Amino acid sequence: MTTPKRLTRAEVAHVAGLARLELTEDELDLFTEQLATVLDHAADVASLDLEGVPLTAHAMSVTNVLRPDEPRPVLDRDEVLSQAPAVEDHRFRVPSILGEAP
Amino acid sequence: MTSPRPAYNLANAVRSGARSALDVAEEHLSAIEAGDGGIHAFNLVTADLARQQAMAVDRTVADGGNPGLLAGVPVALKDNLCTRGVPTTCSSRMLAGWCPPYDATVVTRLREAGAVVLGKTNMDEFAMGSSTETSATGPTRNPHDTSRVPGGSSGGSAAAVAAGFAPLALGSDTGGSIRQPAALCGVVGMKPTYGTVSRYGLVAFASSLDQIGPFARTVGDAALLFDVIGGHDPCDSTSLNRPTPRVLSVLDDGVAGLTIGVVTEFLDGAAPDVVARVRAAADALAAAGARVEEVSVPEVRFGLSAYYLIAPGEASSNLARYDGVRYGLRVDAEDTAAMNAATRSTGFGAEVKRRIMLGTYVLSAGYMDAYYNQALRVRTRIIEGFATAYDRYDVLLGPTAPTTAFALGEKTGDPLAMYLSDVCTIPSNLAGHPAISVPFGAGDDGLPVGVQLLGPALSEGTIMKTAAVVEDAAPGLPVSALGVAV
Repeated sequence: MTTPKRLTRAEVAHVAGLARLELTEDELDLFTEQLATVLDHAADVASLDLEGVPLTAHAMSVTNVLRPDEPRPVLDRDEVLSQAPAVEDHRFRVPSILGEAP
Repeated sequence: MTSPRPAYNLANAVRSGARSALDVAEEHLSAIEAGDGGIHAFNLVTADLARQQAMAVDRTVADGGNPGLLAGVPVALKDNLCTRGVPTTCSSRMLAGWCPPYDATVVTRLREAGAVVLGKTNMDEFAMGSSTETSATGPTRNPHDTSRVPGGSSGGSAAAVAAGFAPLALGSDTGGSIRQPAALCGVVGMKPTYGTVSRYGLVAFASSLDQIGPFARTVGDAALLFDVIGGHDPCDSTSLNRPTPRVLSVLDDGVAGLTIGVVTEFLDGAAPDVVARVRAAADALAAAGARVEEVSVPEVRFGLSAYYLIAPGEASSNLARYDGVRYGLRVDAEDTAAMNAATRSTGFGAEVKRRIMLGTYVLSAGYMDAYYNQALRVRTRIIEGFATAYDRYDVLLGPTAPTTAFALGEKTGDPLAMYLSDVCTIPSNLAGHPAISVPFGAGDDGLPVGVQLLGPALSEGTIMKTAAVVEDAAPGLPVSALGVAV
């Protein structure tokens, strides 16, 4: 396993876009340096030879938890909608998407 | 020897009618009123709700009923545990004022046991931090020295117990967020085995690592609270379908016949005064009849790096839900994508943004195998390393944190330095194992030192009876100047 090259400012800007975060130029400088430092520290694991070692995504394996398909009480709709930023006709209201007119 | 159990005794007094739950609640609300201005343990004090719950307990007693194991015992809740109709903010602008439409399972179980909820405690934003300084509501201060941090991320809960505002509190522990603040504040804190306490209603940070657990002044009270909140919950698909824990009943069994390993790697990075306290605790366990040896678990050296790839990866996915659509903050913009970005950029603080970006990066094409998958391989190795150690040892011992409480502001500009304060606690989360921090005297600066006892999955009874022996041998616990009798 080879250690990847050091994180760049352009990569941080790209990642921020993927994560829907807008950064100022100053934030971009600061976060690039801080995240690169953390990833440098992680180079110790990136450089280990762990060929063939299985991945553990979850320490306690619990799979296929099923329950009978029976009606149960659910969250109260009005209570849920009361916490939404904008609601119309019992639905969440959002600004236009995909360039449609609102 | 019977381990001290002030909260247990308080519940007995309330059940017998010797104490009124309302009086107990008023005493603690007064202590908060008088002292929390200088500590900021609480984001919200729910005084009226606490009085109503206490009066209901008193009525049950007056009617000859049994209000439960925690009758009238005040409890503080970390502000990432959902409380129906009561703000649950995760100390983030993103969730300011959000009132969940349901209770977390642990909150339901507390209420059913007769506990009285005092309020919601401060934390690092979305539980990301080790000092409670990333909170959008401002930092919590350590009750032992208000120029120091309480640790984190459950710093408010730890400080509330240390200051005598509440005899019990709940926190969550993803990489040490219960144990490290417990150590820095001189109280007991336990991270249970993954899956033993329901995560239903715990706002998710890193779902494969998060676990709710107790804070208390004593091991006995922590065991009592764990017994109340633990057990299977069909609302959490990762909840282990096992009998409800009964730790309190084995707490005084002692350590004779147990073999305990002091972990070399945990001592290596710790300050000399902290190491001295760990060695003194090891001596006390040997004097109580345990066989104590030093053991190397080399795999844990890679825990920190693996954790800071895995936890941000999971967080970047979990926190994608904060999009300004269904709950929490919305910052309006011309279209939905811009609204999402404006909302997230305004609502999240710097540490949360760092972790989301780090997680997004390590999960992105081209880097996933080098970073995230590699960390999951390390996780396998850590589990194997612990398994080898637990073939020979019943319990492992080490420091909880490498140092005593550090100064406010000391590490906020250097994320990696902050992350290093979790180096001894992270491996248990990666393995899903239980671990407990117990106060064991003070460091050279007079501030509390916690020692940590670790065990394999579902060994809460073993590590807590060991912790009870450590507690019994502990030199005078530095008691907070603010502390009220519990």
